[in-house]
Amino acid sequence: MSHSVTRHTVDGPVQPGGSALPASRDRAPNVRTRGRRPSPTARRQRRAAFLFLAPACVMVAIYVIWPILSTIRLSFFNWDGMTEPTFVGLANYVELFNAQTFYTALKNNVIWLLLFLLAPPMGLAVALYLNQAVAGIRIVKSLFFAPFVLSGVVVGLIFSWFYDPTFGLLALILGHGVPVLGDPRYATFGIVFAALWPQTAYCMILYLTGLTSLNAEQIEAARMEGARGWSMLWHVILPQLRPTTFMAIVVTIIGALRSFDLISVMTGGGPFESSTVLAYYMYDQAIKYYRIGYSAAVAVVLFGIMLVYIVYHLRRMLRTEQ
Amino acid sequence: MFPIPIDKWKPATRRVYKLTLPIALLIWLLPMIAVLVTSVRSTEELSEGNYWGWPKHFALFDNYREALTTSPMLHYFWNSVLITVPAVIGSIALAAMAGFALAIYRFRGNSSLFATFVAGNFVPVQVLMIPVRDLSLQLGVFNTVSALILFHVSFQTGFCALFLRNFIKQLPFELVEAARIEGANEWTVFFKIVLPLIRPALAALAILVFTFVWNDYFWALCLTQGDDAAPITVGVAALKGQWTTAWNLVSAGSILAALPSVAMFFAMQKHFVAGLTFGATKG
Repeated sequence: MSHSVTRHTVDGPVQPGGSALPASRDRAPNVRTRGRRPSPTARRQRRAAFLFLAPACVMVAIYVIWPILSTIRLSFFNWDGMTEPTFVGLANYVELFNAQTFYTALKNNVIWLLLFLLAPPMGLAVALYLNQAVAGIRIVKSLFFAPFVLSGVVVGLIFSWFYDPTFGLLALILGHGVPVLGDPRYATFGIVFAALWPQTAYCMILYLTGLTSLNAEQIEAARMEGARGWSMLWHVILPQLRPTTFMAIVVTIIGALRSFDLISVMTGGGPFESSTVLAYYMYDQAIKYYRIGYSAAVAVVLFGIMLVYIVYHLRRMLRTEQ
Repeated sequence: MFPIPIDKWKPATRRVYKLTLPIALLIWLLPMIAVLVTSVRSTEELSEGNYWGWPKHFALFDNYREALTTSPMLHYFWNSVLITVPAVIGSIALAAMAGFALAIYRFRGNSSLFATFVAGNFVPVQVLMIPVRDLSLQLGVFNTVSALILFHVSFQTGFCALFLRNFIKQLPFELVEAARIEGANEWTVFFKIVLPLIRPALAALAILVFTFVWNDYFWALCLTQGDDAAPITVGVAALKGQWTTAWNLVSAGSILAALPSVAMFFAMQKHFVAGLTFGATKG
């Protein structure tokens, strides 16, 4: 599955490694022109950079940066979306930290995160299974990947039927109906199981690509030394796949924290708000109950959780960029 | 190669492997197959309780005609097209320019700008919900496809700019310098030199963004109300509410919703996978 694009981009966003340095040295002439009085060329180039960047920056500023700040501001207000907002200080947060549902949502977010992290190992397992050159394997690989391109709504629908206690396939297999989505104990697990289906497919494709770029000599050498099976996988293959694993974990964590579609379609956060997560809880509060300020506070908490991760990721990226 | 190539296996195990492949595939795709089969099952059969068996009569045309005519499916589908196509074109156009600038020019704030684009990708979209909804209301685009287009263009631009910036950085810089010496202005460098070279990356992005936007449900819920501008994801979810027992019709709707992104994926698989696994092999 190696082809032009991957080959160009193997140095990827995370680590351009050696190639970055010579490239920037190539660009040195431009820097030199940045003196006290810039030359006309430098000025023209700076103007070009500005013009090229302006449209994207304006859009991102309006639709991404400003909304984040606005949400943080709103979280200190009491607002129903229509009348004047009133400043209430930390009241939304106080209420939030005393709300039972908030803790349910938080707990479910943790369940999502932990169970979702099964997707990378499962994806690796499938990738190892499919990493053979037999007739028709290409189409088999693409079919294995197909669930990922389905919309969350469709996946949610499919699995709601699968779990249906009267007509569902699960009831047929078990011989009796289990109301997976109607039972507060099982609902979250039922949804995560459904969500793992496309996510495993995603991780699988990442690992399949990773496997194509393994160092064959190292593997042969290890094989000579008698490395087989698990020890080979653990000591030789996995270290080589580390960038892939990192990527798989990144997309899985983001996916877990963003989970919304499946919950909305399968349970609507129910029964009794038992399967809600922060993302759904905030949507519910804003759209159904018009509690904009409170909902913004939930969003800020979610953002805070993600921020830890964003900062970690950015530092890692910028470090390797150096 | 890992695991050991199959040619080096014992013939018996090799045969077992080849035998398990279709079975594994069948189990893996069972949910999809079930929907496909259900979408051609007749209503009578469903009322008899044959939900999962092989259908005795095929009602392909009846079901799809019914799903298309008795619900505004076609309208939703068209809305999805109206949202997705401009969103893909817009975000890629903006990102190509931004990625070009970030990769080619050195200026203060370059890396912080780049970091902003990267960070924007990881933001939980829910944080943006209330202000974006408000903004759409104020701009008077709420409940129109424009609201969704504007948002998707802005949000996807970050991801695409990151992708293209790294891609352009890999190109030999001499090309740009040579063009400048030849007297090409910056726009010509971008349009005539760089753009043709990044075509594969643009294709990969286009297909990825297409799937993301086509499958979006959250923003469609937030920025539309009722049927006017609702895309197909909302339409299918609504079908489920209206026709709780008409599984065949809801299945037909789901197939319609899934078809474009699945077809796109199979048609442009190479690019799709390249875009998705971008950066997954080194780092």
